[in-house]
Amino acid sequence: MRPPALVTLGLLAAILAGCGPEQAASDTAHSDQPVTGGTLRVALDGDPQCLDPHQAGNNTALNVGRQLVDSLTDQHPQSGEIVPWLAERWEVSPDSRRFTFHLRQGATFSDGTPVDAAAVKANLEDVVKLGARSRLGSSYLAGVQRIDIADAHSVAIVFAQPNAQFLQATSTMTLGLLAPSTLARPASERCQGQLIGSGPFVLKQFVHNQAVSLQARTDYQWPSALAEHAGRAWLEAIEFSIIVESGVRLGSLASGQIDVNTSVAPQDEPSIEAQGLHILSRANPGVVFVLALNERAPLLADRRVRQAISRAIDREQFKPLMSSRQKTATALLASSTPFYRDFSPLLKADPQAARDLLEQAGWRLAADGVRQKDGQRLSLTLDYWQAVPILELVQQQLRQVGIELQLNKSTISQVSATFGNGVTPINFLNLTRADPDVLRTVFHTASSNLSNRRPDDIDTALADSAATLQPGLRQTLIDQASQRLLEEGDAIALLELTTVIAHRDQVRGLHYEASSRLQFYDTWLRP
Amino acid sequence: MSRAIAAAHWPQALATILMQAARRVAQSALVLWAAFSLSFVILYALPSDPVTIMLNQTGEASLANAQQVAALRAEYHVDQPLAVQYALALKRALVLDFGHSIQTGEPVAQAVLNVLPATAALSLMALLMALSLGVALAVLAHLDQRRWIRDTLLAIPALAVSLPTFWVGLLLLQWLSFGWHWFPAMGNLGLQSLVLPALTLAIPTSAVIAQVLARAMTAVVEQPFVEVLRAKGLSHRQVLLRHVLRNSLIPLLSLSGVIIGNLLAGAVVTETVFSRQGVGRLAQAAVTFQDIPVVQGVVVLAAAIFVAVNLLVDLVYPWLDPRLGGRR
Repeated sequence: MRPPALVTLGLLAAILAGCGPEQAASDTAHSDQPVTGGTLRVALDGDPQCLDPHQAGNNTALNVGRQLVDSLTDQHPQSGEIVPWLAERWEVSPDSRRFTFHLRQGATFSDGTPVDAAAVKANLEDVVKLGARSRLGSSYLAGVQRIDIADAHSVAIVFAQPNAQFLQATSTMTLGLLAPSTLARPASERCQGQLIGSGPFVLKQFVHNQAVSLQARTDYQWPSALAEHAGRAWLEAIEFSIIVESGVRLGSLASGQIDVNTSVAPQDEPSIEAQGLHILSRANPGVVFVLALNERAPLLADRRVRQAISRAIDREQFKPLMSSRQKTATALLASSTPFYRDFSPLLKADPQAARDLLEQAGWRLAADGVRQKDGQRLSLTLDYWQAVPILELVQQQLRQVGIELQLNKSTISQVSATFGNGVTPINFLNLTRADPDVLRTVFHTASSNLSNRRPDDIDTALADSAATLQPGLRQTLIDQASQRLLEEGDAIALLELTTVIAHRDQVRGLHYEASSRLQFYDTWLRP
Repeated sequence: MSRAIAAAHWPQALATILMQAARRVAQSALVLWAAFSLSFVILYALPSDPVTIMLNQTGEASLANAQQVAALRAEYHVDQPLAVQYALALKRALVLDFGHSIQTGEPVAQAVLNVLPATAALSLMALLMALSLGVALAVLAHLDQRRWIRDTLLAIPALAVSLPTFWVGLLLLQWLSFGWHWFPAMGNLGLQSLVLPALTLAIPTSAVIAQVLARAMTAVVEQPFVEVLRAKGLSHRQVLLRHVLRNSLIPLLSLSGVIIGNLLAGAVVTETVFSRQGVGRLAQAAVTFQDIPVVQGVVVLAAAIFVAVNLLVDLVYPWLDPRLGGRR
């Protein structure tokens, strides 16, 4: 039933398109001077579940929470450079173990209490205490030894090991600052929206599966160094509506019932553009969608088999199935990640080379087109839940070189269960983070180690890259690790995750922050 | 005569009634316990546990280390044997405590109570619409005595019941919301936001009502007492509205449980399409994330509603049709 309904919606959208563009053209003569006021209506595609920035993990929660809290630092979306926000300056010790932040004066939480060194210490300690509940934060703060308060506005964080990624981590909303009174509340109450931050907006109401309402803070005056204006946010309020059906989000945007759709389905892009609505897209930084191959799975222990899988995949053929704004992977890191480097020569398809590698490894073609060795079929199963249409294509491409890939799509909870017992030969995953250290998180043997590798030189490169903030050296080490992971066939990079949003012409000054989440501080509505 | 006998032996009759009531309550309790236990077994037989789900709900790779996971598992008692977990859950459920949602950390009873009014309003509105539509169709089909008109009208329910709710909802949205801007496409605010979802939900339900009612009316029309009424000079319309319709309502009443069940099930799709808060939406999200406590809360709530409706219907039967009093 779904496709016809979507087609009819698309047709309707095309009909409605008639009046759009002319209006937009005649109105652009209007001034581009931002104005204060108005309520921005934003559609989210799922329930934020938990709004607490320290605990939140899903994108809808991060998009809401980003407006409520400020961070110590901010990160430039293009250059990846770390710039001042609540901290006006900082020092990092040469061994990347001690980070000292000097806070700006005058910033307050919305309950009036000051943003000071004690508050920073309490926040970081809270994230550590949350443990597994702070899915992202606990990895950022791993190995924290002590937090020293030098004076009311200076705080030093000391780690047991070199931890270069921590500087970028302070720019994420996961380490955003909450008022000490909020930290005293139980974790579950904070999830439900009992939150006080120092951000440009405050939370008015949160109704699960329905809406989140934010109100601008009139006395706000401590935006990040990247902000385009000073003082309070332009908007008076933000109303997030949770609309799970992509067709309904599309129709609501076209009919003016919402201003921003934060999740655009690829098939809706042409009709959105035809209507004079604007599309904004950005690759999520971090580890792209990869197939992490389990080095200790019996069929994948041979390096040649893993390399054959890599060679058999032709990413060019993905393009008709992807959003026109999405890119195929050119490395393990997405192109928007700081320290990204293009490794596309390593990702070039060569089915013949794949067949040769499999022959060398002793896998012979059997009558059913799947290779065999010692009576065993070269057949692998992939459990996944993501809505990514390219996996069927990967399945066909592997089949052409004699590898059978059985796709088993189920729910996220089922997949995590099979994943948890450690026997899955292949994992399909991605991880968003605007720092190359994400490679260490995913692949280091002492970390998540999703390829189930044994410790080797890749670990050394990853560990060393975490010990230096010196750009040249860090680049070399990251490149080295990326290249080796690809050559070993530990991870097969497939395509980038791209966040695609659409908005009406009235919405101005809307942009992504470095982690491809939305920042509404500079956003305004043209009357 | 039977009434006179009953009056003479009223203490005995009262005892019988009390016995029957006690038996019905015991039966209801059994149904609720079975719903709770079955859902528990099914949900826990799935190859996952609340903590694993909790740690993976971001949709991206999970980062927690083994030690942190163990701490969380102990907190949620998932490291205990199944029987212990069941006993714990049952003990809490007896005082209506279904634990906390895994996704949101909210107490389940509160999460369900928060959304119940929205679904109640939606179901009630849908029920009213469905009754009006269904009864109107069945009566119309019998008002006109030409056979082809009746057959045509009575073909509509079969068609309506096979329309997927999802599609009907999107179609209504497309015309009445996106196209003509008559109704909002989303939300729970005011009566206006209730019209489209209630209509979507009412269409398949009205089809069931029309079908059952029309069949009953067709049967009643052929009964001898209708002949007698006609012979007394009542018009076709009078016979139909005053006598046939009333006598045809019993089968519909027997169906109340099913109709309420349909409305609750339909709410899952309707609330999702119309971005409404409600029990259906809560259940949909909970199932996707295998949020066991919430699913259990919703299952027990649905069972309780079902039991209550059936109990009510049983009590109303003898009042509507005295002939049924003796048998029950």
